[in-house]
Amino acid sequence: MSKEQKMQELREFAAEIRVETLKIIGSRGFGHVGGSMSLADAYAVLYGAVMKYDPKNPTWEDRDWCVLSKGHGGPVMYATLGLKGFYPVENAYQLNQPHTTFPSHTDHLMTPGVDLTTGSLGQGISEAVGAALGNRAQGRDSHTFVFIGDGEADEGQVWEAAQFAAHYKMNNLICLVDNNGRQLDGDVNVVMSHGKGIGAKFDAFGWHVIDVADGNDVEQIYDAIQEAYKVEDKPIALILNTVKGKGATFAESTGAHSSQPSKEEWDEAIKVAEENLAAVRAQKGA
Amino acid sequence: MSFVLDGKHEKDKRACRDGYIDAVLELMDADKKVVHIDCDLKGCINVGRLDKAHPDQVYNAGIAEANAVGIASGMAASGLTPFIHTFGIFASRRVFDQAFLSAGYSEWPVHIVGSDPGVTAAFNGATHMPFEDCALYLSVPNATVVDPADYAQCYALTKELAKVPTITYQRLIRKGFVKVYEDGSEFELGKGVTLRDGSDVTIIASGIMVDKALQAEEALKEEGISARVIDMHTWKPLDEELIIKAAKETGAIVTAENHQVSCGLGSAIANVLAQNCLVPQEFVGIQNRYGQVGPQDFLEKEYNLMPEDIVAAVKKVLARK
Repeated sequence: MSKEQKMQELREFAAEIRVETLKIIGSRGFGHVGGSMSLADAYAVLYGAVMKYDPKNPTWEDRDWCVLSKGHGGPVMYATLGLKGFYPVENAYQLNQPHTTFPSHTDHLMTPGVDLTTGSLGQGISEAVGAALGNRAQGRDSHTFVFIGDGEADEGQVWEAAQFAAHYKMNNLICLVDNNGRQLDGDVNVVMSHGKGIGAKFDAFGWHVIDVADGNDVEQIYDAIQEAYKVEDKPIALILNTVKGKGATFAESTGAHSSQPSKEEWDEAIKVAEENLAAVRAQKGA
Repeated sequence: MSFVLDGKHEKDKRACRDGYIDAVLELMDADKKVVHIDCDLKGCINVGRLDKAHPDQVYNAGIAEANAVGIASGMAASGLTPFIHTFGIFASRRVFDQAFLSAGYSEWPVHIVGSDPGVTAAFNGATHMPFEDCALYLSVPNATVVDPADYAQCYALTKELAKVPTITYQRLIRKGFVKVYEDGSEFELGKGVTLRDGSDVTIIASGIMVDKALQAEEALKEEGISARVIDMHTWKPLDEELIIKAAKETGAIVTAENHQVSCGLGSAIANVLAQNCLVPQEFVGIQNRYGQVGPQDFLEKEYNLMPEDIVAAVKKVLARK
């Protein structure tokens, strides 16, 4: 398969993830749309082209790990895992129902394919660093991918984990920063800014930093991960410059952290996402 | 469970921390998956001995305890058996959300060791004196919580904790105080130990209070009062059966702990009594106060943790019987 064919596949997968993410959150009527939709492209790259995993054996020892430290993005992960056969994706339409196995924040005890439980911001990156260290100590040839949010990076624990990973030269750890510029109370630069920038912070902590100009472009994300694989003695941070709510008609313009649109707005958003998927598919023959 | 009580009230030649290190050393010898993570306090509990024997199984997380608990949780998720040490105040208050969620709720076997419990923090003073560390871990639904009394018990319980599949919290006295048990004594988690039989009252103690309870029992015997003494080394899961039996047979309980009484061993036991066999209870321990700096013998008097305080509590409870 040519690279262009592969990228076309990933664009289609990302569009499918967006449709399913909206259907999953829409099944409950409200939820964390913004920070789920911004990550659809990165999830498409990880599960469509990069990670090694076995949907029939989610805890396979030699798998790559994926940790959603910004756990409120759960729906995008549920959509991805469902589309890849960890379970029928429709199962995730039980999001946040009583006794669900698809809670708003990712939980490894509930959902196949979720490696670590997250939700209290800052904790997931430490857990991911520990898992990567443990896998390395046991001689496993695997990578751990961890998503954090730019808002989450307010937490001091993120930087404790960052210094630890650099100190232990963990090149089997790739942190993907959802740099969407928004947090619950508004713009990151207004609520709590990151000094010289979040990439500069990771650089100062001794990481190899790759700025991905368009964090919603599968090819740029894919290329950045190939570059990350070549790094020998440092953990790697990919700064994904994304759009919060990307592809959700009611959320993209507002950059809202969570949304509770009307039934009509949900129907419209899902319709547009499906049209977009059809349009991406149509490009295959073009 | 088989133990031999020393009971001479003499100083132990070994420090309690050596009980922990000796046990972990043997665990590491047998299993490469056992690791120790420290937070820049390796020197305080002689982790150098682990470093020397198993350098690949020891990690230093620096002065960043919250991250260290997350690291330990991730390592446990990858299949390792991590022990993690820092001072008790950091091992409880500072890392509580991480311990609760990353380790406890996540059901990973993370074994947290908090040194210098209660007044044993002595010259580090109020900022380093945990009177409420166990309270936090008692509130974690699947936690195991232990307060060992001496070298031999610390050694034995550390080996048992390594087998527990969920979060554990161990208080670790650093220095050597009184020898309570002979080496080779064995203990079962969740099973209290009856050290002296008695019929008038039961004294239930743990940690540094066990030897003081034994001294109190001897003083009471001189006055014709027959006291049962139980070492309740495991605060959670609590040996409810033994507590109920003691309440029924002796009709009065005195608890003695190096911890706040409002949220510790005494209150946990009161919970059991209230639901099963309500008898009068008196509480020896920290009475809603903060810590302070000073030599340990001064602090034990200052906070009423002496054998005579237990004797007074026994007389008070007998008057209510």
